[in-house]
Amino acid sequence: MAKPTTFSLDTLALHAGQRPDPTTGARATPIYQTASYVFKSTDHAASIFNIERTGHVYSRISNPTNAVLEERISALEGGVGAIATASGQAAIHLGITTLLSAGEHIVSSQSIYGGTHNLLAYTLPRFGIETTFVDPCDHHAMRAAIQPNTRLVFGETVGNPGLEVLDVPEVSKIAHEAGLPLMIDSTFTTPYLCKPFTQGADIIVHSATKFLSGHGVVIGGLLVDSGKFDWESSGKFPTLTEPYAGFHNLDFVEEFGPAAFITRARKEGARDFGACMSPTTAFHILQGMETLSLRMQRHQDNTRKLIDFLQQHEAVEWVNYPELPEHPNHELAKTLVPRGCGAVFSFGVRGGRAAGQRFIDRLELVSHLANIGDAKTLVIHPASTTHHRMDTEALEHAGISEGLIRISVGIEDIKDLITDIGKGLRASQRG
Amino acid sequence: MKVNIDNHPVYIATGNKDLDPKLPSVLFIHGTGQDHTIWVLPTRYFARHQRNVLAVDLPGHGRSGGEPLVSIEAMAEWVVKVLDATGIQTAAMVGHSMGTLVAIAAAARYADRVRTIGLIGTTVPMPVSEPLLSSARANSPDAIEMLTLWGHGASAHLGGSATPGMWMLGGGKRLMECAAPGVIYTDLNACNEYVNGLKDAESIACHALLILGQSDSMTPPRTTRKLTGALSDSETVVLEKSGHAMLSERPDEVLDQLIRIV
Repeated sequence: MAKPTTFSLDTLALHAGQRPDPTTGARATPIYQTASYVFKSTDHAASIFNIERTGHVYSRISNPTNAVLEERISALEGGVGAIATASGQAAIHLGITTLLSAGEHIVSSQSIYGGTHNLLAYTLPRFGIETTFVDPCDHHAMRAAIQPNTRLVFGETVGNPGLEVLDVPEVSKIAHEAGLPLMIDSTFTTPYLCKPFTQGADIIVHSATKFLSGHGVVIGGLLVDSGKFDWESSGKFPTLTEPYAGFHNLDFVEEFGPAAFITRARKEGARDFGACMSPTTAFHILQGMETLSLRMQRHQDNTRKLIDFLQQHEAVEWVNYPELPEHPNHELAKTLVPRGCGAVFSFGVRGGRAAGQRFIDRLELVSHLANIGDAKTLVIHPASTTHHRMDTEALEHAGISEGLIRISVGIEDIKDLITDIGKGLRASQRG
Repeated sequence: MKVNIDNHPVYIATGNKDLDPKLPSVLFIHGTGQDHTIWVLPTRYFARHQRNVLAVDLPGHGRSGGEPLVSIEAMAEWVVKVLDATGIQTAAMVGHSMGTLVAIAAAARYADRVRTIGLIGTTVPMPVSEPLLSSARANSPDAIEMLTLWGHGASAHLGGSATPGMWMLGGGKRLMECAAPGVIYTDLNACNEYVNGLKDAESIACHALLILGQSDSMTPPRTTRKLTGALSDSETVVLEKSGHAMLSERPDEVLDQLIRIV
């Protein structure tokens, strides 16, 4: 008897979660731009409210278009379910607040997106949730940072801005030994390059604004549950294992088993915090996800060719990318992200801050802005933009040299990219 | 609620309601390697609609202690012990997959305790293929992969979950991954070795509702003719395009059908 088969990632990226609309025959996912839904009767309404039947009540909590997106990312990541949120930041916030309360603690990689750092370092402490930041490559420090009140370990598949590759199998082991889940931001890699659930992660968050969409026209986030973490054995998560007064004393683990976390996140977090995604946004993200595999491979191919070019260029002092032998995580990258480390990397322009500015100002095709993951190539010069208030010493402390350029490589013809960046590099040296 | 049977703790989901001997009762029996959570929606529905609900975790499954029972007949004896332990005289018995065999065996032996039976994804006999049995015997992840992929209809492999945002294949697989080593094999073997099923079915007097999935490749509707022929009072409903995992693929249609008999 042949082994059963199912669909591959490329096919699921196109189809998962959506079948032709049974009423209209529409092949594309319809945009259900509605706030609310008509009940068939009072008992039907009560049965949906009380989780006896499936259905939608109000689009802050669920929506048919969003549900397609949620199911699609769950399929691609290999999870049990997901929730679409207003932004990647909202996804992280929803995940954290579903699990943690005031007086509890997070251990986080220090190499993370600046927005996430702000949330963990400055905003959540106002609500009684503290974070200890550690070098993601220092597993001893990570283990030592875990306190009795720690409830979550957090990191990114490929860190920001140093592009450290997180050893997800090892870090998940550290977390699990302490009875803690590991939440991973997989925005840089997407499920095309890395599937953190297969490496031991328990929860995944995405900024769907980036590579998942590819077009840069919407803001959105996704929170995905692996269903693997044993909340009950851990004994540290009363929001999931004790009766919840906010939902008729529902015990989420007891009633929903592996889907406890994502169900609580929807029934409480989506309901009460309200950072929901617009169905039109979900539609746009779905359009992008349909071509995820094609785009990611092109992003990856272009990145490698551009790095080859930059390494040969006399105006470039250094290139930082995990696939290069000199990167400290080179070997780990080969194991954990064998298809590639993504399309974001940094390089140093010879001549410091002024040279970096001249490089940026000369670019015509490549866009100068604060984003990544667009199909178009994007660059930013932190020393003259996001970190312009810092002097040389402060920049060094932050791991940012004055000539550092961060680039998010798009899917243009690589010849055109090299031409534009080559012009910029030549201009950078004309100071 | 928790009760004690044969010196082992037994978990029964009741929809957060106390049992009332004056109300009609329904006992739900899960399938191979699963637990009470597959019944979450009907449990909550019937508990609110004046039914005593007993969604059990069979021994060695979910939150119940003890070793998994090795035969369908032993499981049938055990579910009647659940009725005894909870003070329930008669109940509708609703099973899924392996649970349907337990309901059949219980109804055949305890006509005075079983009011009606609901059989979701059933066939008798229920032979299990040797590749699946041998994978399960070895506690190989392949067994869960086979049960998950064969257990969902072709349509479900692309999703379209009725429950917003849930990936059915992921949820089904994860639940079976929670089963302790040996549980899935013991269950599958019990199904495979239940050879008196048709004889049991012939002796059942109560009404039987068969809910079948049109695209069910584990218990295909075409294989149920012997069972429906043996039952004296049965009706069959086929859910279009559904596979074996009807409780996740077609939860609302399943509930609508159960409401008629429970």
